[in-house]
Amino acid sequence: MTGDLFSKFDDIIALRQSLLAGGGEDPFSLVMEKVLSPTRAICNGRDTILLGTYNYMGMTFDPDVIQAGKDALDNYGAGTTGSRVLNGTYQGHKECEEALKEFYGMDHAMVFSTGYQANLGIISTVAGKGDYIVLDIDSHASIWDGCALGNAEVVPFKHNDIEAMEKRLKRIPEGAGKLVVLEGVYSMLGDIAPLKEMIAVAKANGAMVLVDEAHSMGFIGEHGRGVAEAQGVLDDVDFVIGTFSKSVGTVGGFCVSNHPKFEVLRLVCRPYVFTASLPPSVVATAATSIRKLMHGGEKRAHLWENSRTLHGGLKQLGFQLGTDAPQSAIIAVIMPDLQKGAAMWEALLHEGLYVNLARPPATPANMTLLRCSLCAEHSAEQVQTILGMFERAGKAVGII
Amino acid sequence: MDRAEVETRIRSLIAPFNKKGADIADATTFAGDLEFDSLTVMDFVAAIEDEFDIIISMNQQAEIENFGQLVDAVCKLSGN
Repeated sequence: MTGDLFSKFDDIIALRQSLLAGGGEDPFSLVMEKVLSPTRAICNGRDTILLGTYNYMGMTFDPDVIQAGKDALDNYGAGTTGSRVLNGTYQGHKECEEALKEFYGMDHAMVFSTGYQANLGIISTVAGKGDYIVLDIDSHASIWDGCALGNAEVVPFKHNDIEAMEKRLKRIPEGAGKLVVLEGVYSMLGDIAPLKEMIAVAKANGAMVLVDEAHSMGFIGEHGRGVAEAQGVLDDVDFVIGTFSKSVGTVGGFCVSNHPKFEVLRLVCRPYVFTASLPPSVVATAATSIRKLMHGGEKRAHLWENSRTLHGGLKQLGFQLGTDAPQSAIIAVIMPDLQKGAAMWEALLHEGLYVNLARPPATPANMTLLRCSLCAEHSAEQVQTILGMFERAGKAVGII
Repeated sequence: MDRAEVETRIRSLIAPFNKKGADIADATTFAGDLEFDSLTVMDFVAAIEDEFDIIISMNQQAEIENFGQLVDAVCKLSGN
């Protein structure tokens, strides 16, 4: 008899069935039938406030961004049907890379088809056989997959633990190449990294540094360049990885760098070469959005105000949060367990609020989280409405 | 440091992670017999690395399934 290769998924299938057995809505099969704005959609037939997207700066419905996309569709067609290194580099891809260079004040920019592929490609290509990757244990899946795709030795350290990182760097055999991989904002709890101290330690030990700033672009740091900029150490970062699928409001990924030999990566980075480039409309919306984000000061201030109000309000209601103070636009509400978390998620959805339900293995320390991510387009009134929904749902489920 | 000494030191490091007080022999597996999850593995590996001042990369960890293999790997990595 043929062995069923799917047997390995039986535990996951059983867990999912037990969650759905209560007759509740499936947290992982939500459909948005209509999207009314960056902060509102019709979800499973219900008018819903969106508090679980990464649309931090609300750029998805910006009229200039939309117009740029429509123009590109008219002028360049629906897709490129080719690799960046063959027939897939259009004028729009170059303009998008120019916008990124200007946004970050760096010499080189390389656009990938997704943020996931940017980490996958840069990490697996830059760190080769005999080199060492030293990374935070709570790193995003795309960073781990970049490690798995390459041939370097992989050495994790405890989350945000400077001493643990230093000890490992010092034990690496002399002469081996070293890449330290960090994130500005860690997206599960919404906490930031002590990049200033960590990058100083990395440099003192002869390592190159890659920082993923996916969840900080556009609103952390003076120019919105991220946590490294906010902490005054962007010049010491060798590679910044970012994405268009958060503040920029579309899809795609990138790496910016001042490394003099950076351009060679276009020839040797497989997740860049062996995939089709982004459609012209996508790079046109991205470039327009990036340029607008350079002047997003007011929106930035309002986003921070929203983050502070929601964090303070949830704390006051008695919810346990991932950070003592708001450090980013992500506020993680810690649930006692998966059952209660799923019940709370559903109660909020019935109230008309969408948040992200996050559970192991994506979460640190096997936690179940309701992750709230704010948008600069959430009004102060909406944030108060959200707090009222949390209060009613939390009491109904028995969490507060 | 001979193998016996490495083994003794690792045994004392395992104790706080060996919640069920399972007997430890060369063939005792970390995932199966000791039920180590990924977080326990990280803390345990960090304890070993600090004790012997070595690095056990994830690539090397993938080859280590039982206690005996760990003792051998530590002996090798610490130059014995």
